Amino acid sequence: MEISIFKAVGPIMIGPSSSHTAGAARLARIARLIVAAPFSHVCFALHGSFAKTYRGHGTDRALVAGALGLREDDERLADSFALARRAGLSWEFTEADLGGMHENSVRMTFTLTDGSRQEITGSSIGGGQIVIRSINGFETEYSAQSSALIIRQYDRPGVVSEVSGVLAGHGINIAVMRVSRSARGETAFCIIETDDWIPREVEATLRELPNIISVRAINLIDREESTCTAI
Amino acid sequence: MYSNLAELLALAEKQGVPLWRIILENEKKLSDISEEGVFALLHEHYQVMTASATKALDRPMSTVLGLISGIAAPQYRYSRTEGGLCGGVLNRAMAYALSCSEVNASMGRICAAPTAGACGILPAVLMTLREELSLSLRQTLCGLLTASGVGAVIMKNATVAGAEGGCQAECGVAAAMAAAAAVQMAMGSPGQSMHAVSFALMNSMGLVCDPVAGLVQVPCAQRNASQTANALLSADLALAGMTSVIPADQVVEAMYRVGRQLPMELRETAMGGIAATEAGRGYAKRLAGETRAAAGGEA
Repeated sequence: MEISIFKAVGPIMIGPSSSHTAGAARLARIARLIVAAPFSHVCFALHGSFAKTYRGHGTDRALVAGALGLREDDERLADSFALARRAGLSWEFTEADLGGMHENSVRMTFTLTDGSRQEITGSSIGGGQIVIRSINGFETEYSAQSSALIIRQYDRPGVVSEVSGVLAGHGINIAVMRVSRSARGETAFCIIETDDWIPREVEATLRELPNIISVRAINLIDREESTCTAI
Repeated sequence: MYSNLAELLALAEKQGVPLWRIILENEKKLSDISEEGVFALLHEHYQVMTASATKALDRPMSTVLGLISGIAAPQYRYSRTEGGLCGGVLNRAMAYALSCSEVNASMGRICAAPTAGACGILPAVLMTLREELSLSLRQTLCGLLTASGVGAVIMKNATVAGAEGGCQAECGVAAAMAAAAAVQMAMGSPGQSMHAVSFALMNSMGLVCDPVAGLVQVPCAQRNASQTANALLSADLALAGMTSVIPADQVVEAMYRVGRQLPMELRETAMGGIAATEAGRGYAKRLAGETRAAAGGEA
């Protein structure tokens, strides 16, 4: 039997809907980890079933809670609007047609405190599971089941092998690696899912490599990331 | 090891152990955790279950449109004072189930079992039997283990999504899981657990998913109560010696087939059944109005 009993009994979550509440909170929380910089405003563009039913299922409160860093089983989720106001975070909801995306999808545009913007799109695919579909215009497919490195680089030969060399040097095993690029020879975007925790020094070492524009490590097993920090 | 209910049963019978022992060994290998690790996780889930099954017993929870706000408390009082036509035990079990549904609809913390919409049935059965049969925590967790093992097999071979299989796949499967647990907790045999699974699914065959205004409130809460009763009576039928003439795996298969035959209107789209009644459509309109008003004032 290859399905865990904790898929049949679980997840522990805030109701009422695993796809519209728990999945939504998780989408925004993972997006916040990807943004990894202070932000003051989020615009949630809701697609499909999310757009039609968001209020009745608390999708709106769940998304704001996720943006605050609350986990999907945190009872403060229902009060996320008040928490966000207190933290100085503003938000808005709009409807959007995201084309052939899954029925439960959202495009999240974060306005950072330096005025720049980051845009992350993802889908809640049922049972609280999610997939991040695009990050700042680069298509990807990240289900946030494992730690990951999100890297922007110049599209030059040898960059990928340098990156994997650093990981190998730290004994980190690559589970999945996806590279996409804007155009040949310009910038590329790489997401590497790993079997192991990614220590800070790995992030720092990668950043020093030539041709690397930015590096973000997402460590999901860190329970501390759930704290509701001020924005 | 096993990929359906018959294989799970055969293993238990061959080794002369309860179903939960086979399920536990499988989970240890699958998730690479120790026996105590599995029980610690089960305990964590059970604590969330008991908290949600008791939270609304003495105070109403606020839900969108308030369709089921305050339904658990009077049911609980009734079970304590009147006893009810079905007796105090069943009425109390239904109150636990309603509490879970109410907490779920109020954005409280619950444990999906197998889904959030059906989160009241398993806690209601486990808690009630623990009280009635004076079981230890460990014995109760063995019931939870039995239920979750049966649920995992049904997830693999059919579906537990209302959008795919209707309410029978959510509340019906929850009742089947709970029925298997109930038999085990009452010292029934592994074979009797499987018969109880068959009865619970037969008794919910064809149940449609038709949430009013798309909210997980009506008739979800009532179905959590009625499927709790279904779980207990299916267990009783099996414990009394009734055997299912249709093997449990074939009943699961039939449930899945029926689910796929249901028109889209009756699979969580809020376009058929109770949702499509005149009153049901009225609530949907009210919710849409409130959503528009709220969206205008938030940014």
